[in-house]
Amino acid sequence: MSLVVADLCVAARLHDVHLTAAAGERVGVIGANGAGKSTLIGAITGDVAATGRVLFDDRPLAGRPRLERARRVACLAQRQSLAFPLTAREVVALARSPHATGRALDADIVAAAASAMDISSLLGRAYTRLSGGERQRVQLARVLAQIWRGEDAGDRLLLLDEPVAALDIGHQGMVMATLARLAADGVAMVFVMHDVSLAAAHADRLIALRDGQIIAAGPPAEVVTEAVMAEVFAARTRVISHPDTGHPVVLHG
Amino acid sequence: MKPAVLFGGLGVASVGVFIAELALGPVAIAPHEVWAALWPGQSAADQNALIITVIRLPRAVLAALVGAILAISGAAMQGLFRNPLADPSLIGVTAGASLGASLAIVFGGALAGAMGLTIVSIGAFIGAVLAVLLVYALATRGTQTSVTTMLLAGIAIGALAGAATSLLEFVASNEMLRRISLWQMGGLDGATWPRVGLLAAVAVPVVAGLIGLAPALNALLLGESEARHLGFAVDMIKTVLIGLVALGVGVSVALAGAIVFVGLVVPHIVRLAIGPDHRLVLPGAALAGATLLLGADVAARLLVAPAELPVGLLTALVGAPFFILLLRGSRDYAL
Repeated sequence: MSLVVADLCVAARLHDVHLTAAAGERVGVIGANGAGKSTLIGAITGDVAATGRVLFDDRPLAGRPRLERARRVACLAQRQSLAFPLTAREVVALARSPHATGRALDADIVAAAASAMDISSLLGRAYTRLSGGERQRVQLARVLAQIWRGEDAGDRLLLLDEPVAALDIGHQGMVMATLARLAADGVAMVFVMHDVSLAAAHADRLIALRDGQIIAAGPPAEVVTEAVMAEVFAARTRVISHPDTGHPVVLHG
Repeated sequence: MKPAVLFGGLGVASVGVFIAELALGPVAIAPHEVWAALWPGQSAADQNALIITVIRLPRAVLAALVGAILAISGAAMQGLFRNPLADPSLIGVTAGASLGASLAIVFGGALAGAMGLTIVSIGAFIGAVLAVLLVYALATRGTQTSVTTMLLAGIAIGALAGAATSLLEFVASNEMLRRISLWQMGGLDGATWPRVGLLAAVAVPVVAGLIGLAPALNALLLGESEARHLGFAVDMIKTVLIGLVALGVGVSVALAGAIVFVGLVVPHIVRLAIGPDHRLVLPGAALAGATLLLGADVAARLLVAPAELPVGLLTALVGAPFFILLLRGSRDYAL
């Protein structure tokens, strides 16, 4: 199993969270504001102090050698900033710093990740001059470039906190399609998403958090129900089936 | 600007001001004599050669090393603090050194120096290092050092040290007061070979170490967590970086007094020219800082000859207007 999280607790914010993500599996995390979604991502990476177990590739993630870990585990936090105006290309290229794959291959990977995020034409521009959605795609290209291809037989893990919240519907679809390709290539993923319908369409399993506890977990069709939505979001919703794919779609009730 | 253009230009300029520092002064010496004096085999009676090897060359090397250390330290601080207005004085180095020097001037009159250093230099160095250690300790909980807390602690410690220095100035005699204010303006007139040797022994590891940390500083521009996710040992890097800056700037300030604005302004000039990649900014800042301080010292020695201005006065005269321009234009430049 790529990722096993067990008994994960963060004082007053996260209570006994369990989750697993196998190679190639996409796990979506949903929940209201302040439910503990970002805390969960931080607790998995170790940025937030937590108790419990986080195993990656059957060994504790925290104890892994730094570079080996960075070559296999990438994380995109919800908020990003940049202190000085690096170009978009320089930002994406930072992802290759833990790797020893050589300049030519690194440049290829940066170009491929940039192309997948539709930022090829922005690479020469200063990051600080880009729009919010463009910056988000640059940061996405960066974390994708970090784990773009497996260098050995080991697993890869991608943790994404609100990867598409700043994006238009066209770029949302493009990002989700790229994530699907990476999953097909064996990357395990955990992503936090506000858009429940989008998460339901693209996750293999969903986890619904409320007040730091898992309320429901399982295939999207089991988690995205009007009853669970009422419990998780304290909101009246209607859940219908997507006419083409059959995925649950959440409407305002 | 292409990096090669900047480095080429700075290379030419640095050699130019270095030669000017050796050739110009109360006794003007022709460039070919300067060149000849740099090589062994001079007769001791050759007065021009003596002026160069005993007075001007150590001073030129001191200026270059101090300028390089201040500028590269400023660039590293700005990267670490993710703040375009950071410079080494932000972590208390300068205020601590100022207090240490003032204490030595007011109370250390009877004490002898050591290792070719005056008691004022030793006091300044101890003050600088103590201030940084205090700021660092205040910002550290367990193994985590908060860069923001450090910045605020640096301001607080700087204010405390500044107040204590003012108190000393209040009780000091007129003669001491003059020495304190002259020290605070910075000057390179105390250059001797033993001091230059001491500074060089510090400058080489500091400059090399900071340049070695350039990839980590690039990653830190994204944020501490992001740098950690990219495989950098962030807490260790912060400690090493602060240590290198404290050592380099502490010794620089001890030998040359408080020379302001080099650490703040030079990194910005370099970044404006070639972008913020630390692998280029750090060596570029070192070279530009050396060039600027050499040039400022040439001006300091010539403008009111035969007297000389404190070099820190000139760097502030050039630096402050630039700093104001920078503040006005920072919308285009920083976040």
